[in-house]
Amino acid sequence: MSHQCSFEFDATDLAARDGIGGVIGRLRASGLPATLVGDVELALVEAVNNVIEHAFGGKPGHRIAIHARLSEAMLDLRIIDDGRPLPGGRVPQAKSLDPGLPRADLPEGGFGWTLIHQLTDQVDYQRRDACNMLSLRFRLTGTPRTGREIAP
Amino acid sequence: MFLSSKQHGGARVVTVKAERIDAAVAIQFKENMRTETDGGPERVILDLSEVSFIDSSGLGAIVAAMKHLGADRRLDLAGLSPMVEKVFRLTRMDTVFTLFPSLDDAMTELGG
Repeated sequence: MSHQCSFEFDATDLAARDGIGGVIGRLRASGLPATLVGDVELALVEAVNNVIEHAFGGKPGHRIAIHARLSEAMLDLRIIDDGRPLPGGRVPQAKSLDPGLPRADLPEGGFGWTLIHQLTDQVDYQRRDACNMLSLRFRLTGTPRTGREIAP
Repeated sequence: MFLSSKQHGGARVVTVKAERIDAAVAIQFKENMRTETDGGPERVILDLSEVSFIDSSGLGAIVAAMKHLGADRRLDLAGLSPMVEKVFRLTRMDTVFTLFPSLDDAMTELGG
């Protein structure tokens, strides 16, 4: 089993829904378990949200591409855009919430990378030819991947 | 519209009439929550049983809605699908909110 597919869409919230929906539809049709497809969708939505909001600063007129490669052991997704690079040229770390925070100080954002790290097996980032390339890897066999909690 | 609400016992029950709370609707959700909860009773129950997908923007909007209620009121969540529940668990927000499997469970707690 080996499949590849590519999707490209405008870097807006609504176009991203459709574009990611296309990728997810293909993965579902290829017979991947529903739980895994749910995790992939969430990780992809978070990665693409980051591109729209940060790499492109919410400005319209840009495109995002997603390449998916599915083999028996692995699902590899690559998200490509020509927006601003990630700060420091690296993937941000997951953050751990302090549940003891007073209500008024609870964060209303910054959960995206935390989710991406926990839902994927590997995250890689490269800046090449003025483009961002974020790779999300999901292992399809072996040790269960999801639900990894961050150490408190 | 996006949200509907009714008074139920001593609580305001707000039901999300959408499958997704994501970046495309997070701001609208936050604004609608203010409209539905301003001036209401101390306890608000957010019924998420029609929601199958939430992302970090949606989660942030729910946190913002809870903060907007102020220190004397509480926001409980009910009817979370496994995928929605997972977002709360992975971000540890399940330790901040009280999550009920269904609206009935949340209502039962009200009397107890």
